[in-house]
Amino acid sequence: MSAPSIKVQETPLVLYVLRRADDALILGHRLSEWCGHAPMLEEDMALANIALDLLGQARELYAYAAKVEGKGNDEDKFAYLRDVRQYRNLLLAEQPNGDFARTMVRQFFYSAFADLYWRATMKSADATLAAIAAKSEKESAYHLRHSSEWIVRLGDGTEESHARTQAAIDEFWAFTGEMFAVDDSERGLIEAGVAFDPAGLKQQWLKTVTSVIAEATLILPKNDWMQQGGRAGRHSEHLGHLLSELQSLQRSFPGATW
Amino acid sequence: MATPNTPLWEVFIRSRNGLAHKHCGSLHAADSTMALQAARDIYTRRGEGLSIWVVPSNAITASDPSEKGMMFEPAESKIYRHPTFYDVPEEVGHM
Repeated sequence: MSAPSIKVQETPLVLYVLRRADDALILGHRLSEWCGHAPMLEEDMALANIALDLLGQARELYAYAAKVEGKGNDEDKFAYLRDVRQYRNLLLAEQPNGDFARTMVRQFFYSAFADLYWRATMKSADATLAAIAAKSEKESAYHLRHSSEWIVRLGDGTEESHARTQAAIDEFWAFTGEMFAVDDSERGLIEAGVAFDPAGLKQQWLKTVTSVIAEATLILPKNDWMQQGGRAGRHSEHLGHLLSELQSLQRSFPGATW
Repeated sequence: MATPNTPLWEVFIRSRNGLAHKHCGSLHAADSTMALQAARDIYTRRGEGLSIWVVPSNAITASDPSEKGMMFEPAESKIYRHPTFYDVPEEVGHM
């Protein structure tokens, strides 16, 4: 027996909230995979803390999406009973952990964006989103600080750590453009002051990223071709594997609790 | 496991209502900035503190346990050093 996927009525606001919730859930899940495996105990705790921050953000956003949709879905159904193509997260979030450098570069690119994005969203005309943003901004500010410090130490560390971090930057660079992309479903929300146009944050993000990367003696790639598709449910092969693990219990034993 | 050359740090936390920083444990970190972040993540994740100090463990000069007798036993017989022979007036309040 296997629990079937739910149907979601993706009005622009529901879709918008689900996209942010999925970013947080998937990246948080990736970080949770480090639990018990990090290079040192201290960092194991740090990664788990960030994972829990993100899971908390995801829960609030899913709960809000459920309320807006009003079709009887809830945060668990959104997380456990949607198929790969129904997930709306950034492709960056689902990329595998790889080595510690890759995990940190992924976190750094995302947190540098999320910090700016949540701060901007604190002015949202939607009171719930503004409140979630206010809470999330403090968390993402710390995630940015933590990952920035690591980027500097890895880049300006040993030859090995430098090479690994540069390789991670080169690989993930093409996934950063998606953070600033907007499609038609979000334009109305931006005009209504509910959502914030992330394109306006690009320069500031680039400034933050450039200064940390430079301090780390690393180089930003020049290519500007960017991967996209996550927001529309077109994912890399990695997300399916992630979801099969994340969802296996609820899919096999629907409604199981313990 | 931490690599052997990652220095050890002692962590001191001042709690919400505490007046002084109190020693709460130790951790490994490459430098003081990372030690402070690790301390935040390990020792304040349940809201334990409002301020953190980290100190390199090797900066601490400690008393020698084998000199315990010389160092601390003489004080044990000096009960008159405890201020228990005085009546503290109510108005003085918390001392």
